[in-house]
Amino acid sequence: MTSRLDPQPLEWLDRSETLSFEFEGLAFTGFAGDSISSALLASNQTLLGRSFKYHRPRGAVTLANHDVNALFQSSEEPNIRGDVTPLAAGMSLTACNVNGSLEKDKDQIIGKLSRFLPVGFYYKSFHKPKKLFPMWERVIREKAGLGTIDTRWDARRKAKTYGFCDLLVVGAGASGMQAALTAAEQGLDVVLADENPHIGGSLDYQLANDDSAAPIRTALKQKVQSHANIRVLPGHLACGWYTDHYVPLLGPEGIVKMRARAVISATGVMEQPAVFRNNDLPGVMMASGAQRLVARYAVKPGQRAVVLTANSEGYRAALDMLAAGVEVAAVVDMGKADSRGRWADELKSKNVSVLEGHAVYEAKGKDKLKQVVVAPFDGSACNLKLAREIDADLLLMSVGWAPAAQLLYQAGSRLAYDSTLEQILPQELPSGIFACGRLNGAFTLDQRLADGERAGTEAAAFLKDQPLPAEQTDCRDTEAHSHPWPIVDHPKGKNFVDYDEDLQLKDLVNAAKEGFDNIELMKRFSTVGMGPSQGKHANMNGIRVLAAVTGRTIDQTGSTTARPMFHPVPVQALAGRRFRAERLTAMHQWHLDNGAQMMEAGAWLRPEFYGRQEERAQAILREVQAVRTGLGLIDVSTLGKIEVMGPDAGKLLDGAYTMRMSNIKQDMTRYALMVDESGVIVDDGIAARVAEDRFYVSATTSHADATFRTLSRHIVEWGLDVRLVNRTGTLAAMNLAGPHARKLLAPLTDIDLSEENFPYLGFKEGNLCGVPVRLIRVGFVGELGYEIHLPIESAQLVWNTLMNKGAEYGIRPFGVEAQRVLRLEKGHIIVGQDTDGLTNPFEANMPWAVPLKSKPWFTGKPSLALLKERCQRTLRGFMLPKGYSGELPKECHLLIDSGDIAGRITSIAYSPSLGRYIGLAMVDQPLAGSDRMYQVRVDSGALVPLEPCAIPFYDAEGERQTIDLTEVA
Amino acid sequence: MPWRLLKYGLKSSHNEPRFFPEAKPLKSHYDVVIIGGGGHGMACAYYLAKEHGITNVAVLEQGYIGGGNTGRNTTIVRSNYLTPEGVKFYDTSLNLFEDLADDFDLNIFYSTRGHFTLAHTDSAMRTMRWRAEVNKHHGIESEVVDRDFIAKEVPYMDLDCAGTHPVMGALYHAPGAVARHDAVAWGYARGAYNRGVEIHQKTRVTSIRTQGDKVTGVETDRGFISCNKVVSMVAGSTPRITSMLGLETPIEIFPLQACVSEPVKPFMDTIVVSGSLHVYVSQSSRGEMVMGASVDPSVLHSTRSSFNFVEGLTDQMIDLFPFMSRMKVMRQWAGMSDITPDFAPIMGKTPIDGFYLDAGWGTWGFKATPVSGKTMAWTLANDRNHELIEPFRLSRFTDFELVGEKGAASVGH
Repeated sequence: MTSRLDPQPLEWLDRSETLSFEFEGLAFTGFAGDSISSALLASNQTLLGRSFKYHRPRGAVTLANHDVNALFQSSEEPNIRGDVTPLAAGMSLTACNVNGSLEKDKDQIIGKLSRFLPVGFYYKSFHKPKKLFPMWERVIREKAGLGTIDTRWDARRKAKTYGFCDLLVVGAGASGMQAALTAAEQGLDVVLADENPHIGGSLDYQLANDDSAAPIRTALKQKVQSHANIRVLPGHLACGWYTDHYVPLLGPEGIVKMRARAVISATGVMEQPAVFRNNDLPGVMMASGAQRLVARYAVKPGQRAVVLTANSEGYRAALDMLAAGVEVAAVVDMGKADSRGRWADELKSKNVSVLEGHAVYEAKGKDKLKQVVVAPFDGSACNLKLAREIDADLLLMSVGWAPAAQLLYQAGSRLAYDSTLEQILPQELPSGIFACGRLNGAFTLDQRLADGERAGTEAAAFLKDQPLPAEQTDCRDTEAHSHPWPIVDHPKGKNFVDYDEDLQLKDLVNAAKEGFDNIELMKRFSTVGMGPSQGKHANMNGIRVLAAVTGRTIDQTGSTTARPMFHPVPVQALAGRRFRAERLTAMHQWHLDNGAQMMEAGAWLRPEFYGRQEERAQAILREVQAVRTGLGLIDVSTLGKIEVMGPDAGKLLDGAYTMRMSNIKQDMTRYALMVDESGVIVDDGIAARVAEDRFYVSATTSHADATFRTLSRHIVEWGLDVRLVNRTGTLAAMNLAGPHARKLLAPLTDIDLSEENFPYLGFKEGNLCGVPVRLIRVGFVGELGYEIHLPIESAQLVWNTLMNKGAEYGIRPFGVEAQRVLRLEKGHIIVGQDTDGLTNPFEANMPWAVPLKSKPWFTGKPSLALLKERCQRTLRGFMLPKGYSGELPKECHLLIDSGDIAGRITSIAYSPSLGRYIGLAMVDQPLAGSDRMYQVRVDSGALVPLEPCAIPFYDAEGERQTIDLTEVA
Repeated sequence: MPWRLLKYGLKSSHNEPRFFPEAKPLKSHYDVVIIGGGGHGMACAYYLAKEHGITNVAVLEQGYIGGGNTGRNTTIVRSNYLTPEGVKFYDTSLNLFEDLADDFDLNIFYSTRGHFTLAHTDSAMRTMRWRAEVNKHHGIESEVVDRDFIAKEVPYMDLDCAGTHPVMGALYHAPGAVARHDAVAWGYARGAYNRGVEIHQKTRVTSIRTQGDKVTGVETDRGFISCNKVVSMVAGSTPRITSMLGLETPIEIFPLQACVSEPVKPFMDTIVVSGSLHVYVSQSSRGEMVMGASVDPSVLHSTRSSFNFVEGLTDQMIDLFPFMSRMKVMRQWAGMSDITPDFAPIMGKTPIDGFYLDAGWGTWGFKATPVSGKTMAWTLANDRNHELIEPFRLSRFTDFELVGEKGAASVGH
């Protein structure tokens, strides 16, 4: 037997397509357009899941993405929301968070123990004895959690798109559609988004059988869909409101990052449950949930219904049930029927009994509703003497609404409780934010349309910077649609306020009594509203309970913060496509072709060394020796390269770097050391004088972008006339180093390389191999060397030529590792390796780079002036003892002096030139100032002696910088 | 089933004592006024009462107990810092944490998980070794581990990070733990309250009165209170308090954001941090993945959430944990980090007699809750800085004895 009804006029189903699927090992079918839950309900599978804590049977409640007790597990995904996830052919689903099967969940026992698990129970137990807590924690963790993930699942990513509009209207119900239309008529570019796959909102389920609404619905839908100024986005969830009207919309294809100039929230209201014993049994539903089930999915929610109501909506729902062939045993009205309008009369005319001034005291049944116990209700308690039982398998709750005001709250709106409507309503909205519809207290269709028009008009006036119409229409209803206390106590409890978290009325009352009587504290202690629905059906009653316990008003009680996301959003949609910038130099392919082992240097890839991984050490050694005795060529394109131009160029560099740059002679360079305001070294490079008003500055690979930013900032801060061009990506650079460097270059260039014309630290522009280049005489690796900077287009040609012509001098390409050894032999530091987040130039042994006396000011000077006298540590050179063959120290091993930490090794390497291990260490005072041997503690814990020695280790006099070998070695 | 739970079940009614007092009027005078009812403020009140017998104390909280950064952090407790000062301080804190549940008779869900700080670069590996060596020197369990070790302990992590910036190794800190942050504040609050301390929620300090260079009391939105000693323990609101006194600090406020996923069954026992990918993650006892990233790039005195935070975080997270792409982000939030130039806190006495500061906690305040409370209580009681906090004194910024913890921050700053 099936509960599927004949086709409904507005149903979402495509009955031509039958879909087969499995649930808990059984075969089911549904139609295209079904949700998982609707297909199961159509097949009379009313038990859809188990509750989080007590594993109580649960069914469908809202069909509106709030049914977090109807979560499903597939082999692909956890926590699938059955109430809104479209059914797909071949799905194989099980229930979520059950021990055994859904039918026979062994953890139902926890429900029986609930009296032993008072609110916050886990804070009050399991911690004694301490050693047993890990065992208890494991048990608690196993029981908590919902779905199961499979750690073998591969990565999925969904691309994102950007969207822009004048006005974003969220919610395509009556008021949202009208608002969009009104604004579009004023010429605005409007986006109308709705989380449901079809527009229409409650017009399509709550007013499905309302004849007067039909023509309005048809006209509205037709108009918004055909309007040139409106883009309709059904199936798009507004995830949250972010600064400047930035509202990401989660659609079936991924997230549309929508930037609007203004936002109208027409997000409606969320129906709230009544609280009575067993209000969670399958068969107990929100009235609107049953209406959705009928209108959207053509599923008959039950055979015999009781409708609990406190508003006219309940009567309409009862009529809808009758129309769907459901017998309505009784309408239980918590108030009076005469305030429910024509629907009450209509219902009475159909001989449905209406129990006024009554409430539901208890629902009965095991895994499914069987009877409803009703009793007279005086607004706070039931009179049990007059209680009676009514047989029913369906109980609809229509007792009130909470605003879907999350976007409004996130935007910074103020809302307040309205005692006429017994609902929280917007009071003050920030600039560019508007609200309309039931969210705003407009309940009748006329009110909603008028309110939509008002909001659309106001939004248009705001966006066009026009005054608002003088006549402000108030479209709010004047009768309550919510009951102020839809809550009935029961000595045996199981009257749930929060379905997500299995919280009963007494849990909240007790939390408040224990001092958690602030709404946020109550949330955190009891976990009310912390489940996957984020309190959509629990917060309002939670506030009512707390207000009652503390004797405060709803407004005094306040509400918890409505944080994004509105519904949980898949990580794959948030992450978007994977994009990782990877920067390659012009010679990248050459490096690969020539056996380079590449390493990451920030976003760049650089050759670490050339050769096979297993002969790493020998390869590096060969490269070092080539540079020392013949020639080496290294790709240094990753260096930052910044062109500094303008009348104030020298002034900028003087302020940004420690040493004076404005007096560098034409065609010369100077070491450029940058410190921050506190005197800490942040970057180094060289600055070359290209012309009177023009410099060319290099920066380290890792700090290049930051240096460019810093210089840019200084120009603004200091009001200088300077322009910067970051040429890091457009220029390649290579360093030709070795005693034969000049001999190789001379015949290939028109630049006069003679010592007189082009000395050490000189700079020249000219041609090399027929292409324009800049040459800089550098000494980083300690040999006669020329850094060649040139456009990336010509870099490979020059590189190839140098490699070919250099063969006779034994040229080798060398990588980062060889360079590290070479510079270490020279005692040159690497910023970030030999320095740390607090190292100043005095500690780095570079007092010569800090002209405190001769320069009136530079960034960091005031700090350095203070620090000069209190140098706590100094960078020192050391060697391992000759012939040492024990365990090798590593970088960042600690120096130990009399049992205390006295520094650390910052660099260490085998020096082929010296035949010994050498290194740099940041040594604390007083050890640094003494002649004592250092001791370093290695991995094994042993102390290894280090001999302090002077830096540089190699060519202290710098003679190698000018050497010209006359013969081929 | 533990005895305590059985007892609850057998009782007919729920008669648990209150954790916190009901709202009542302010007294006209207190010996000590603590501004800020977060973990630090409550801990300070607790130790003042418990260890120094000072109970004429008012804790003033503008919102609700633990509603600031105490309730917004990602609950990680560790002591693998970079500087000896930091290591000693946080190790004391971690040891206190381990006994808190007993101390409070309240389960704070202190759960030792093991803490991996991943290194994706040579230089990160060097920093890890430095930290490990400093940690070991001070007796902290901390070591540099290789890929094989990580693969064994966190087998579901993609060490190749989908092809860019692969993991080279990690700093492993076995005592790294998580704890239920709210419960820590509640436990301290209850302990302080039971010893006579007054806790006033929804009470905002509007100014601090001084005479000469001496504090004489505080103005609140509920009236004036005279007092001899005032301590500010307000994290992201610190500049608002110090500006009342014209006291300059180098603190800047940067938002720090976090988010949680929908809960799933436990699969992750460890805490994983990657500074290069700007992510950290652990699984809460409720089954949610608790995730954080770097502080926001610019100064902002606000707890607004931003979408690009959650975009960036999830993008990187999938590289480490591909399967997490099938999970959902449930909720995001932000706190205000009060960050100092050397990434170490500012604690102790100030140039104003009777005004004490506990601030600059940036992204590492929660793990310091017990030790900060304990040492600040000692400092207030003795009117001189406790030896553990001497390196964190405010004057270090003028005499340039900075601490330098940047290298040990979990994520980039």
